[in-house]
Amino acid sequence: MNFDPRFSGRKFTSVGTRPIRPDGVDKVTGRARYGADFNMAGQLVGRVLRSPHAHAKIRKIDTSKAEKLPGVKAVITAADLPDLTDGDAAMYDILDNCMARTKALYDGHAVAAVAAVDARTARQALKLIVVDYEVLPHVTDVDEAMNHHAPLINDAIFTEGLEEKPVKPSNVTKRSQFGHGDVHQGFGHADFIVERSFKTEQTHQGYIEPHACVASVSSDGTADLWVCTQGHFVYRQHCAQLLGMEASKLRVTSSEIGGGFGGKTHVWAEPVALALSRKAGRPVKLVMTRDEVFRASGPTSATSIDIKIGARKDGTITAAEATLRYSCGPYAGSWAEIGAMTAFACYKLDNVKTVGYEVLVNRPKTAAYRAPSAPMAAFAVESAVDELAKEIGMDPVEFRIRNAAQEGTRSSYGPVYGPIGIGPTLEAAKSHPHMKAPLGPNQGRGMACGFWFNFGGQTCTDLNIGMDGSVSLAVGTVDVGGSRASLSLVAAEELGIAYEHVKAIVADTSSLGYNDMTDGSRGTFSSSMATISAARNAIKILRERAAQMWDIAVDDVVWEKGHAVAKGEKHGNLGKLSLKEIAAASGKTGGPIAGHSELVADGAGVSFATHICDIEVDPETGSTRVIRYTVVQDAGKAVHPTYVEGQYQGGAAQGIGWALNEEYIYGKDGRLQNPGFLDYRIPVCSDLPMIDTQILEIPNPNHPYGVRGVGETSIVPPLAAIANAVSNAAGVRMTHIPMSPPRILAAIEAERGG
Amino acid sequence: MAGVAVSTTINGDSVEYLCQPDETLLDVLRDRLGLTGAKEGCGTGDCGACSIILDDRLVCSCLVLGAEAEGRRVETIEGMAHGDKLHPLQQKFLEHAALQCGICTPGFLIAAKDLLAKNPDPTEEEIRFGLAGNLCRCTGYDKIVRAVQDAATVMKGA
Ligand code: FES
Ligand code: FES
Repeated sequence: MNFDPRFSGRKFTSVGTRPIRPDGVDKVTGRARYGADFNMAGQLVGRVLRSPHAHAKIRKIDTSKAEKLPGVKAVITAADLPDLTDGDAAMYDILDNCMARTKALYDGHAVAAVAAVDARTARQALKLIVVDYEVLPHVTDVDEAMNHHAPLINDAIFTEGLEEKPVKPSNVTKRSQFGHGDVHQGFGHADFIVERSFKTEQTHQGYIEPHACVASVSSDGTADLWVCTQGHFVYRQHCAQLLGMEASKLRVTSSEIGGGFGGKTHVWAEPVALALSRKAGRPVKLVMTRDEVFRASGPTSATSIDIKIGARKDGTITAAEATLRYSCGPYAGSWAEIGAMTAFACYKLDNVKTVGYEVLVNRPKTAAYRAPSAPMAAFAVESAVDELAKEIGMDPVEFRIRNAAQEGTRSSYGPVYGPIGIGPTLEAAKSHPHMKAPLGPNQGRGMACGFWFNFGGQTCTDLNIGMDGSVSLAVGTVDVGGSRASLSLVAAEELGIAYEHVKAIVADTSSLGYNDMTDGSRGTFSSSMATISAARNAIKILRERAAQMWDIAVDDVVWEKGHAVAKGEKHGNLGKLSLKEIAAASGKTGGPIAGHSELVADGAGVSFATHICDIEVDPETGSTRVIRYTVVQDAGKAVHPTYVEGQYQGGAAQGIGWALNEEYIYGKDGRLQNPGFLDYRIPVCSDLPMIDTQILEIPNPNHPYGVRGVGETSIVPPLAAIANAVSNAAGVRMTHIPMSPPRILAAIEAERGG
Repeated sequence: MAGVAVSTTINGDSVEYLCQPDETLLDVLRDRLGLTGAKEGCGTGDCGACSIILDDRLVCSCLVLGAEAEGRRVETIEGMAHGDKLHPLQQKFLEHAALQCGICTPGFLIAAKDLLAKNPDPTEEEIRFGLAGNLCRCTGYDKIVRAVQDAATVMKGA
């Protein structure tokens, strides 16, 4: 199929409008079905027993008493999930994370599960399972875990990426490095150098819907799984592999999803539910409690980052260097590597070097969270950039504009940029009225930039035209925030028909070809590309059918505004055929009309944002209030601007929570002390002001409509922007996120005392 | 354990059910009565996703026992629209895109309805504090507040 993905600079009719989403009415009337809203006849209730220890050897699990409890239909341990991963280390980690095999590696690690006739029986059964643990020393802090004396979490891990192969095992699984030029020389040319260390604490994605699924395995080896997920095709693959099934025998249907933000890209409970159902011979519903969500799913990395940046008097950065340590939980990951790639991506640098270390700790396995790893790196870099501007005596916006990456800049992580939006977002921020709003006492203004790659990936889409000319669009990327509306707009645009005549659905894994996760901001980028391609394929058939109806050559038929038009004088009086007319005649011209598309969407455009915020700090208590907040971000093309604004606002709000409040607090015993929304406090309505947004549209050259991803970049700048604002308000540089009142107060007092 | 027989009124209909003495009203609504519009985000009264109105009072149904509904009036999201006519709040939530994933939406709509019943002309601040018991992780609340403001204007005019 020769699909041309290049940007065409067309004028839009549907794209860019703001219709009501197709799934909207169901969601305001309570009819929409989420993970926990689905039930099957004869279904059992599944529950999971979790380790109370941060690190412990599992000597023995005695399930006999639980099995005898009336109403219990199945009890499973790791023995019921044999290792079928065949040397695939990443899959083995997923398996071990679903159900601990020899050691419990964090507080909350699953060790056994039951399926019973009701929740009460299942809860009682858990209490009857006896686990004999040998408690081991643990480590939860990222810096401590790197210490030579730290307890080893996995003695088969030897640091990868070192020049010499290490002889001793370590909690550091990998070292990675990026950059170019010679930083040593660059610092030699600097008139000013800022060097600082930063820390960020672990946060959770905090989606309001806990993980939930219903699994039903039949005795013939086929199975159904209903689940809230960001990627049902990936869940199918992982579950099938872990359970030893053929992927095609497992049909996965994605429910409406109550938030994910990267946290619903990993299987946890689903293989367990399938194994329970297989053993019990009945459907099993498994819903996590909020406590389980915090202890066992999510979270981000906790980090420790050192930054050094040097610049000349004229404000040109001469060298930049970062060392980034990211916690991965107890399994290997690539989180520091991503942080090392994104850290300096906003800037044009001759000499830059970043080094990342992946660190094992006794905390839950790190999961993606919206632009994973980038916010922490941006916090450290953008704080140092602000400080450097101040030392030079330059306005922080001007300093950034001077050093901003441009088209043709070699990025710090390797590739050379095409047309990009960092400069324009900075210019827009500079002239934004927010910059001139008056500040009151104890108030400070801060700004910061952020970058995210955006992903493309494998995508498959079907577009079917009904006999009445209405269009069904089946996509395989889960709708996490309005993409069914956006994709319907794209189909309407390409076909030249009204939005109301298109209905988009998310198809299950048996109805459509493979699709990657909805992650990396790829949902609208890649599925819109596939939708355009599918629509163009359908148009080709529509033209053929029209040619047949007119009995002329297909080359003489063009597609214009939803109609086939005969070209050339000889066809002058043929009139037009609408999509509806061609569809109505399809039974006589060759059957149903459809367009399909299977592609790998390449070239997701990188995106940049600049955020501005004003914060008031109470110097007596250290408490903070967000006074004003503005997001400026490049969307490429905003397909549905209201939902783009929503992504900007939502990302900013999550960033505000991360910057000011949210953190995992572990006790000395390695147990999570705040696994609930009362003590892990996400922003509520009264914590926030209106969040102003400005959408810039710098077309992505690799997408027919210029679309870039929009979902993630918005969480990258807030940590830094708020840290800069708080630092300006409090008169002391904040280096530890979250900036909770005790931390701010301690910093103010240290400054006064010192 | 023996069940408790309960007679109550839900969205104007009389309903009878048997429930366990320790079963929450949220579980009764969702698991016994098939009213899954109220969601469980936490089960501990911290998220508001399970909001319902019980005798004109906004409550978290995860903190109420099923047995406590005896003889009382329960209003849930399923009863908010009149037939196929949406409540102004529902309509404005759609128009303002005040939902992304939508899991918090039933709770917000119920809480906003209760707020406007008690204060038909709230300031932005009153809306923000009035809805502070409901968590939304997707929207940053901006569009929710605007939708409630707009609905209040429409309802005053009606
Ligand atoms: S489920 Fe009731 S408040 Fe969260
Ligand atoms: S719209 Fe997702 S939690 Fe509110």
